[in-house]
Amino acid sequence: MSGRRIISVVRKEVREFRRNRFVIVTMGVLPLVFLITPAITIFRIPDSASGAQVKAAVGVISLLMLIIPVVIPPVIAAYSVVGERDQGTLEPVLTAPVRASELLLGKAIAAFLPSVAVSYLIYLVVLAGVHFGAAHVVRTVIFHPPQLLAQILFTPLLALWSIWVGIGISTRASDVRVAQQLSTVASLPLLGFTSLLSFQLVKPSVPIAIGLALALLAADIVAWRIVSRLFNRERLVTGHSPTEASAAE
Amino acid sequence: MGRPWFRRRRVGLGWQPIAWQGWLVSAVAVALVTGTVAILHSSPARVPIVILIVALYAVVALATGGSKPAEPAALEDRPSEDESETGVGGPEQRQALRTLTSGRAATSSTDEPVLAVEHLTKRFGERVAVDDVSFSVAAGEVFGFLGPNGAGKTTTVRVLATLIAPTSGTARVAGLPLDPANGVEIRKRISVMTENPGLYLRLTVAENLEFFAGLYELAKPKARLEQALAAVNLAGRANDPCGSLSKGLRQRVALARTLLSDPAIVFLDEPTSGLDPVASRDVHELIDGLRDRGVTVFLTTHRLEEAERLCDRVAILNTSLRTIGRPDELRDRLFTKSLVVHTVAPLAAPEAVFAVAGVDGWRADDPTHYVLTVSDARTAAPAVTRALVAAGADLLSLAELQHSLEDVYLELVDEDAEAAR
Repeated sequence: MSGRRIISVVRKEVREFRRNRFVIVTMGVLPLVFLITPAITIFRIPDSASGAQVKAAVGVISLLMLIIPVVIPPVIAAYSVVGERDQGTLEPVLTAPVRASELLLGKAIAAFLPSVAVSYLIYLVVLAGVHFGAAHVVRTVIFHPPQLLAQILFTPLLALWSIWVGIGISTRASDVRVAQQLSTVASLPLLGFTSLLSFQLVKPSVPIAIGLALALLAADIVAWRIVSRLFNRERLVTGHSPTEASAAE
Repeated sequence: MGRPWFRRRRVGLGWQPIAWQGWLVSAVAVALVTGTVAILHSSPARVPIVILIVALYAVVALATGGSKPAEPAALEDRPSEDESETGVGGPEQRQALRTLTSGRAATSSTDEPVLAVEHLTKRFGERVAVDDVSFSVAAGEVFGFLGPNGAGKTTTVRVLATLIAPTSGTARVAGLPLDPANGVEIRKRISVMTENPGLYLRLTVAENLEFFAGLYELAKPKARLEQALAAVNLAGRANDPCGSLSKGLRQRVALARTLLSDPAIVFLDEPTSGLDPVASRDVHELIDGLRDRGVTVFLTTHRLEEAERLCDRVAILNTSLRTIGRPDELRDRLFTKSLVVHTVAPLAAPEAVFAVAGVDGWRADDPTHYVLTVSDARTAAPAVTRALVAAGADLLSLAELQHSLEDVYLELVDEDAEAAR
């Protein structure tokens, strides 16, 4: 595994995103779409609201905060392999001495950094808004330490999961749009896992948040290994699956 | 139009004022936003609106930031501004090429073939793409790989570049056995220029090369990059987005990328496909330059005159290897030597005139046009001339019939088509 090759891939990917208006606008607009309604709802809750009402509203906004790292990465990740194949840049890269795992890790890091940055930024904006403008009962629930910890830990881990799903689908899809749609849909089920805490179906606590985060981390590592195995040069270049010895790493 | 007030920032967010009007607009905008936020802050219920305003600004700023490369689709066939300043055979380019390949020239003098392929076969399901192909390429050789569409040329290159696995057969590439375990090491020692240049059109020329310099983990990447660009006469276009280049210039960028790593073997897959004659000439000059520097070139091409002009040896592939050798060898092997005689009037007794030593047979294509089969044109031609003069013939011309590589190619491909019927 070569750090220099991985950094080269990251740098190239980031440069490409920065100049791709579709990626930038999507990364900016999508989180806002998810933010508008719950943000308005949460600021309308009065101090006199019942506990159940507050829990439900906070649950929705917490979940939406976790949907953001799930829906943003597929915009980039799903494009990463099939998009390069479509524009004819994949084959020259595959003839360079880069391992599949290095190439994919570089692409994943490049998708991870902006996705997590945007997700944390939006979360910070919400926290600031709640701190300055929401009712006391809402502040108490949102600033509950296990809830905060879960949100902070789950955001990058969910983003990573979504990225690996996106890249995995990208290695097997024939079209960028199909890859993006499938990736978003395929990433969503994991949210069920985290909604247990968001809606406080499982009482949030630090050990539970850490436990769930570790489980997510394990899932991410497994996903990386699986996606690296799915990446097959021969299939990507020729459209045929190798029948015998697989092509070189 | 007057001077613009703003310009797009290369790095960062939004628009950067570059004139006093721009600064004034920015200052008013900041004052307005600050005032609005201050007014809204007095009413906590309106905080979401403030958040939305700030977030909206962030989105707009993000969407408008960054450098502005040319849109690839719109620039697909845009002519280059300096298309006329083509040419890669100048002294500066040759010097850059010498520097680029200095490491390779010192190590390419061994007798061992740099590429040895034995009984290579590749099947895709039931379809045989390459069938039992064997050949070798010596270090420093320019080797042409010819064949019709679908003959298996690109598949062979992909197998040798470790992109796809052979179904059977073995090969040694740049001194290493072709094996999945050697994939990275083999790819370090070779470079491939695919038929499609495969450039990132949103990135600049230098950024494209920088990416590959990183993948090859080159020492002193900046210097190598500059030399590679100088070798293809693109030093002045380093900061241009690749999307703004013409097809010929993109091909040159791809060639520069191929030269970056000082490879033991350069695979060029149809390097002049779709190029105009001037751009093709540039590529040819570059290949000539590589040959002079002792770099091994594996050239697949449809263009037979290109192969004839550039290649030391050629192989003709049509799924299986049909023939291999120097272009003149192939001509000799496939065609009998012939003399073509043109006379002003028909000969009275051609059978008597052509009954001279060295002429094995003859035919008349028309009454004044004779084709003689000879074993050696250099000895037969003077004898035939003397016989014609002795017979009182008015000779218009006498010449050796020259077969081109194209004749060889067409003969073999026609044979295959005939056999398939």
